[in-house]
Amino acid sequence: MCVVCGCGNPGGPGPAGVAVDAKTGDLHFGAGAARVSVPGMSQERAIKLEADVLGENDRVAARNRAHFAAHGVTALNLVSSPGSGKTTLLCATIELLKQYEPGLGVVVIEGDQQTTNDADRIRATGAAAVQVNTGKGCHLDAPMVEAAFAQLPLHGHAHHHHGPGDGHDHDHGHGQGHDHTHEHEHEHEHGAMPAQLLFIENVGNLVCPAMWDLGEAAKVVILSVTEGEDKPLKYPDMFAAAQLMVLNKVDLLPHLDFDVERCIGYARRVNPAIDVLQVSATRRHGMNAWLDWLLARARAGAEARACA
Amino acid sequence: MHEMSLAGGILKLVEDAALREGFGRVSQLRLEAGKLAGVELSALRFALQVVARGTCLEGAEVLIDEPPGQGWCMNCAQNVEVHERGQPCPRCGGWQLMTNGGDRLRVVDMQVLD
Repeated sequence: MCVVCGCGNPGGPGPAGVAVDAKTGDLHFGAGAARVSVPGMSQERAIKLEADVLGENDRVAARNRAHFAAHGVTALNLVSSPGSGKTTLLCATIELLKQYEPGLGVVVIEGDQQTTNDADRIRATGAAAVQVNTGKGCHLDAPMVEAAFAQLPLHGHAHHHHGPGDGHDHDHGHGQGHDHTHEHEHEHEHGAMPAQLLFIENVGNLVCPAMWDLGEAAKVVILSVTEGEDKPLKYPDMFAAAQLMVLNKVDLLPHLDFDVERCIGYARRVNPAIDVLQVSATRRHGMNAWLDWLLARARAGAEARACA
Repeated sequence: MHEMSLAGGILKLVEDAALREGFGRVSQLRLEAGKLAGVELSALRFALQVVARGTCLEGAEVLIDEPPGQGWCMNCAQNVEVHERGQPCPRCGGWQLMTNGGDRLRVVDMQVLD
């Protein structure tokens, strides 16, 4: 009887992938062609992985988060569709912070598929910015932010305040971003580094960036009132992932049929805990509440560092 | 089209496992994509075919389980099934739902050949 399948045929060609000795009918498993599939008696085996597909991104994001905390940096991930006014809001925010919170460091990572236009606009305000061009990519991921953060002057600057033996012993190994001249003039004491804000302006896209943790303290979704009030229902993942929704361009409300309360209601359907602020970045309406929200976050980040 | 990035992440997990476990080919790959994971399955299948070319994953049968979404309803004080975000609690009709399951994309296991 055939030892493989019990077919009773001793002289058959043998199962696929098994070498058969033509004289004796001996079967040789594991030789030559038997390195491939052998149905029924296969070398096939199961491997359990149970792994998150975004696990690698999440590990880098956790590293970013620890890194930001070590530097007293509070990172905010700004997400929206293209044209919501993210960059205009950022420029207005930076100008106001310079005026009212001159001690607060502000740096920006700009994500777009192409061009350095947005980083150029930010740099024109005097804040340091790094542009990340994703090419065909539709979102920023944690490794991109890690690489971009290493390029920011704030980053190298912070290290100058840490001598050996002060417990700040994580090894960066960036190899970049540490040897340019620092234009900062903060001369604070050890351990008294002020809060720093890092704005990460994600690629304009209300879908994909929702899934990628960058190491931010919070995602902020910006929705302009020239878009539909039902955007939170149409793109629920993003509104579910955000801690704050900023309704921008509210100065245009008199010209539009945008129902603010209905929009907020939709946002809270997908995320009952979401905060909402209404601003006009161009007319500087509602900016105080926005700055308060930012400063509260920045202080919390700095305190977390002081306790660490 | 973030499914291409996700497919790349899946391939990375598989190739890392191939190095670790010493196999040459994957015959079957089982994924779990929660209903609330934000993954378009047809796009993911297409992307996997593209990234798998010339790798140990080429030609593998891909099975995708779709566990339902889950959320904690604050009114009902219990977990309920959530079919999609923005839908009310199926028990009380309220909107006080916090997603707590069925929102991950995972590689569960695979059948491999030396």
